Amino acid sequence: MDPRNLLSEKRPAILNRWFNAVLDTYPADTSAFLKKQKNQFANPVGHTIHQGMEHILEALLQGTDLDRIAPSLDNIIRIRAVQDLTPSQAVGFILSLKKIIREELGSNTREHSASGELPGLEERIDALALMSFDIYIQCREKIYELRANETKRLTYRLLQRANLVCELPDQ
Amino acid sequence: MAKFSAKPDELAKIRYAPPETEWMETPVEFREHMFCHAAKPKDLETVEFPNAHEWSSKDEDWKLPANWEQTILQGMKDLLGKYRSFQLFMDICVRCGACADKCHFFIGSGDPKNMPVLRAELLRSVYRGNFTLAGKILRKLAGARELTVSVLKEWWYYFYQCTECRRCSVFCPYGIDTAEITMMGRELTNMIGLQLGWIGGPVANCYMKGNHLGLEPHTIKSSIEFFLDDIESITGIKIEPTFNRKGAEILFVTPSGDLFANPGTYTAMGYLMLFHELGLDYTWSTYASEGGNFGFFTSNEMAKRLNSKIYAEAKRLGVKWVLGGECGHMWRVINQYMDTWNGPADFMEVPKSPITGTVFDNAKSTKMVHIAEFTADLIKHNKLKLDPRRNDHLKVTFHDSCNTSRGMGLLEEPRYVIKSVCSHFYEMPENTIREKTFCCGSGTGLNASENMELRMRGGFPRANAVKYVHERHGVNMLANVCAIDRATLSASMDYWVPGVGVAGVHELVGNALIMKGEKERTQDLRLEPLPGKEGSE
Ligand code: SF4
Ligand code: SF4
Repeated sequence: MDPRNLLSEKRPAILNRWFNAVLDTYPADTSAFLKKQKNQFANPVGHTIHQGMEHILEALLQGTDLDRIAPSLDNIIRIRAVQDLTPSQAVGFILSLKKIIREELGSNTREHSASGELPGLEERIDALALMSFDIYIQCREKIYELRANETKRLTYRLLQRANLVCELPDQ
Repeated sequence: MAKFSAKPDELAKIRYAPPETEWMETPVEFREHMFCHAAKPKDLETVEFPNAHEWSSKDEDWKLPANWEQTILQGMKDLLGKYRSFQLFMDICVRCGACADKCHFFIGSGDPKNMPVLRAELLRSVYRGNFTLAGKILRKLAGARELTVSVLKEWWYYFYQCTECRRCSVFCPYGIDTAEITMMGRELTNMIGLQLGWIGGPVANCYMKGNHLGLEPHTIKSSIEFFLDDIESITGIKIEPTFNRKGAEILFVTPSGDLFANPGTYTAMGYLMLFHELGLDYTWSTYASEGGNFGFFTSNEMAKRLNSKIYAEAKRLGVKWVLGGECGHMWRVINQYMDTWNGPADFMEVPKSPITGTVFDNAKSTKMVHIAEFTADLIKHNKLKLDPRRNDHLKVTFHDSCNTSRGMGLLEEPRYVIKSVCSHFYEMPENTIREKTFCCGSGTGLNASENMELRMRGGFPRANAVKYVHERHGVNMLANVCAIDRATLSASMDYWVPGVGVAGVHELVGNALIMKGEKERTQDLRLEPLPGKEGSE
């Protein structure tokens, strides 16, 4: 079978395992909720992660330009960047995809490796992992920026008033 | 290929999964950006809170007062005796779990201790251990435990990760209100000198100066004068409001945040324009200069003390009734507590709109009307000339504040006002609005900035629904009737849904309001060009 076909045939199974693996990084009660609740507004974390992964996987297998995967990656990492996770936990889910794909390919792994398809895919996954880290850092920096911006907003009129007081002697 | 023999789920577990310990055995770990600084002792002393001391939640030793355990247990006993609801809520939970996944902090963080049922259990376990026979005998088997420093730290961490929003209570078949359990938990921490700086500071300021920031009368006046200058440059109309005027018909009280914090300042401009246009006989007060009440986040007694100034000022000025600005928790306090605490306010009259003659029977007892009700009534009676096209650059959705929706049932009036002053309005999904609204994630004094990560977690369910209407309908403005929302949703949108602004409803009213004698407007209240007027001065 054409390796590409096999992978796309396996796609639902891969997605399922990948999704479950990521959700298992949460405490048991939480992971049960994240898997079970299907309403996207009642369970925005589970929904966003699932939708994002679906898109990432599809794009990876279809060979879509990595930049176009960035928004889905961003949606997931933006959430994980503010949860009780270390940086490697927050972005590590991308790398776990490699193991899952090899597992799903099983005995076909060698064939795919030989065709160059698997190494190519894994290289793209590695590139996504690096992108993930950039996104994670941007999110964390954003947290600091929000703090600074908020302080400015909260005292806007008082600052304006203080500036006026300072400017008076110059006029 | 032996290294791939483990199942991926197992691999994931080995590397990442959290330890599987029971919640009672999982000690709390304080994560940076998740908690607020401690209150300054001098602020606590100002209002005679007990056991004020220097400490930091990051330190191992919290320098707790001697006998702190007894203080808390005695406090708990007193509170159980004082509030039947507290006693009931401690006893009747069947742990059905209906509330478990309804809290925005749980949904956003995935931390099981943010499930309302577990949050309550933090306190309930100590209640069982000390106040029930089964708990005293069976201990852990009956879900009971001792009060230890580690339990106290857990309380501190998680009772300050609850915004007392009451969403969970909507889903509880027994009507258990975890918000009230959090209130009790916080009141207990206050007894041993543990309070947030972001709460303690505003409380002390409010007690001494009348408002959260401690603005003195001349500062309040000059803040409002800034608005008047801007209004004049936008409309050509000079407005001259009065302050502390005896004999005015109406006293206007609003959260002080709108006097100095953007974007609330534009809402305050909207009030000024509306009242001027109506020729309303009203006055601002530099004494009752705070509608908000951070005392509500400390203890019942403190909230009552801070609240008392509204009636005191109404009496001093001899007004007929009180009109209140857009705020959330201010209205929970007014609607549910003020009358019992500091009423009856029978020196005033049942509020009656001088413009439409409508009598606000719903405020018969408190004598205080929400501005959204007041304005909706004006519009209903065709008393305002409005040009909604001035808001045509905005695609608006409405965030129900927890306190106005679940605390006072104010659901239709703000929507009616928005739809009258804006052409483009889109609701967020049904399970995220009205009485099921998601909290902004930063209420009850959690709107400090050092806990920004916590706020982003808690704000995600709300932001996610905004994102949906943003992507689907191009919504770019999140309207609300709460000063804390205006401040905190701005940060939340910035992180989760860039491109969506935040506005008070009366900012939108101010934009649309056609005032007698105004010049042709080219700018909105933010001094930005109106749609179609981009080229003009
Ligand atoms: S829904 Fe009510 S009874 Fe059920 S667990 Fe929650 S608080 Fe307890
Ligand atoms: S009151 Fe609100 S914040 Fe507190 S536990 Fe219930 S849902 Fe969560």
